[in-house]
Amino acid sequence: MIGIISYAVFFTTIAAILAIAVLGLNFQWGNTGLFNGGVAAFFGAGAYATIMLGGTPQPDQLGGFGLFYPLALIGGTIIAGALAWVVGLLTLRLRHDYLAISTFGVAVAFETVVRNASGFSGGALGMRGFERPLEALIANPFFYNLLFLLLVAVVLLAVYFYLERVIKSPFGRLLRAIREDEVAAQSLGKNPSKIRLKAFVVGSMIMGMAGGLFASFYAFISPQDVLPTLTFQIWAMLIVGGAGNNKGAIAGTFIIWGAWTLSGWGLANYAPIEAQLYTGSIQYIIIGFIIVGMLLWRPQGLFPEKLVVSQSGR
Amino acid sequence: MIQSLADGILSGSIISLGAIGLTMVMHTLRFANFSHAELLSLGAYIALVFDGVFSALLPVLSTSLGGLSLTWGLLLAFPVALLITGFSAMIIDRWVFKRIREKGEELSMVFASFGVALIIRNALGLMFGLETQLYSDDIAFAMLLSQDPLLIVKPDQVFVLGLTAVIMVLLHLMLSKTTFGYSLRAVAENPTLAAVSGVDLKRVIATIWILGGGLAAAAGIFYGLTNNISPIMGRDLVLPIFAATIVGGIGSIYGAVLGGFIVGLAANMALLILPSGYSPAVPFLIILAVLLVRPNGLFGEARS
Repeated sequence: MIGIISYAVFFTTIAAILAIAVLGLNFQWGNTGLFNGGVAAFFGAGAYATIMLGGTPQPDQLGGFGLFYPLALIGGTIIAGALAWVVGLLTLRLRHDYLAISTFGVAVAFETVVRNASGFSGGALGMRGFERPLEALIANPFFYNLLFLLLVAVVLLAVYFYLERVIKSPFGRLLRAIREDEVAAQSLGKNPSKIRLKAFVVGSMIMGMAGGLFASFYAFISPQDVLPTLTFQIWAMLIVGGAGNNKGAIAGTFIIWGAWTLSGWGLANYAPIEAQLYTGSIQYIIIGFIIVGMLLWRPQGLFPEKLVVSQSGR
Repeated sequence: MIQSLADGILSGSIISLGAIGLTMVMHTLRFANFSHAELLSLGAYIALVFDGVFSALLPVLSTSLGGLSLTWGLLLAFPVALLITGFSAMIIDRWVFKRIREKGEELSMVFASFGVALIIRNALGLMFGLETQLYSDDIAFAMLLSQDPLLIVKPDQVFVLGLTAVIMVLLHLMLSKTTFGYSLRAVAENPTLAAVSGVDLKRVIATIWILGGGLAAAAGIFYGLTNNISPIMGRDLVLPIFAATIVGGIGSIYGAVLGGFIVGLAANMALLILPSGYSPAVPFLIILAVLLVRPNGLFGEARS
């Protein structure tokens, strides 16, 4: 029994961390219409930076400043935002497909760099030497995981309510105006490229925070965790949930992560031994079919965006 | 240096072939197709299958052409793979992209291409195994063209370059001399206007997929012949091919060819100063550089 509960805690923690990243993506795509094909890079930037800032000094690793944990996490978030700012400045004035390609390129370049810069990011072996916050105080690992889940849940709720507030604010209306018709927004004296950059940076910072939480939960991050395919998984979660709807984004994350975990467990236990080598392939095929199927039959997602009238016209 | 130049031209020719189809699709259908590079893997594996079938039916075919590691069986499998890959591309469009296009969501096609890429790549891995394969285990001896500066070229590479040149000349003749070439360029320029002027839009789009898929298959087979075949070759080639289309300017076929050579040369030249592990990031740097200097590529025109 305790095994099932502790697994449920573990599962919920990871799903909630991914949900934070999906919320960040939803802010960019669902609310502003920005196509970010490089989620893995911003998630990874936050993850690596958090470990660098909050970890202990290790050979072949930059950082190890041992910062107070909240500062390390915020630092990771800011560094992800800085990366997004640079990328956004270069690409946001371009057409959508250029943005999709260049952000995808960022993710490939990011993975390449952290995999090869062995004197800087630990290379393919990844980064270690991180002490999880408060772990020394709580001896029981189960209670510690429960506490970590609480931390993640608090961050998830905070991000959710923050985004809901932003979306309902005049700034949120402006984002949707730019998404729907950039020229019209411009003719009303708004500056679409500046606003888009802002939304891109904020969304990427949220992804970076998710990455920071992910790395601190495992006290470890490696290039294997930030493969460009992570971007596809996170996109699948948003598409299933419903772009533009934050509750949907969270629900989509739990559905996809649940399906991913369950299929992995099922294949590991019931598939013939020869097929188990291909577990990953089968799971990615399933994800692929989910993406294509949703777009064909329910493009608005399971929980579509609720269109609101901000002011009743009289 | 000279060696890098030679290797760059070779990989550039492969990237060019892949980029031609992608640039046509991106321009006429207005979406970044992330699954295009998977057509290269698809073509490479189809050729592998038919090479095996032909050689099993007629064992004579498993002998290689003089000096090359290319067998007669593979040479016969080449056009078959081009055709099947081309038609597969068309069918994928009919089943997936066309339906989404008709709903009017341009960017949804980009997500759909993520999904299609995942399906093709992992299905190939499931069917053929995750390990790398070769068309032939025979060793084709490299020719030492020059001792100093060192220049080693494999006969396969010369063959691939020659065949690429032939394919490109044929393509050029088709684009500039045939009615289909005119209608293709008209559609690329302005689909609505082309349709009004009596161009059969559906037929042109189908042909673009067949042509683009066929060229991608050729690129995939050439890649397999000069490197190896693996289910992840599409993953490794997607960014260089995108870079080639952006360098050339989306929609410009000649631009894509030149872009391919620029990307191939730059990636190989970069190996002179960078450790080889970093080479996957080079196309991204090229994309950034080009977008900074000429946001519409070297040959592209601004388009709303």
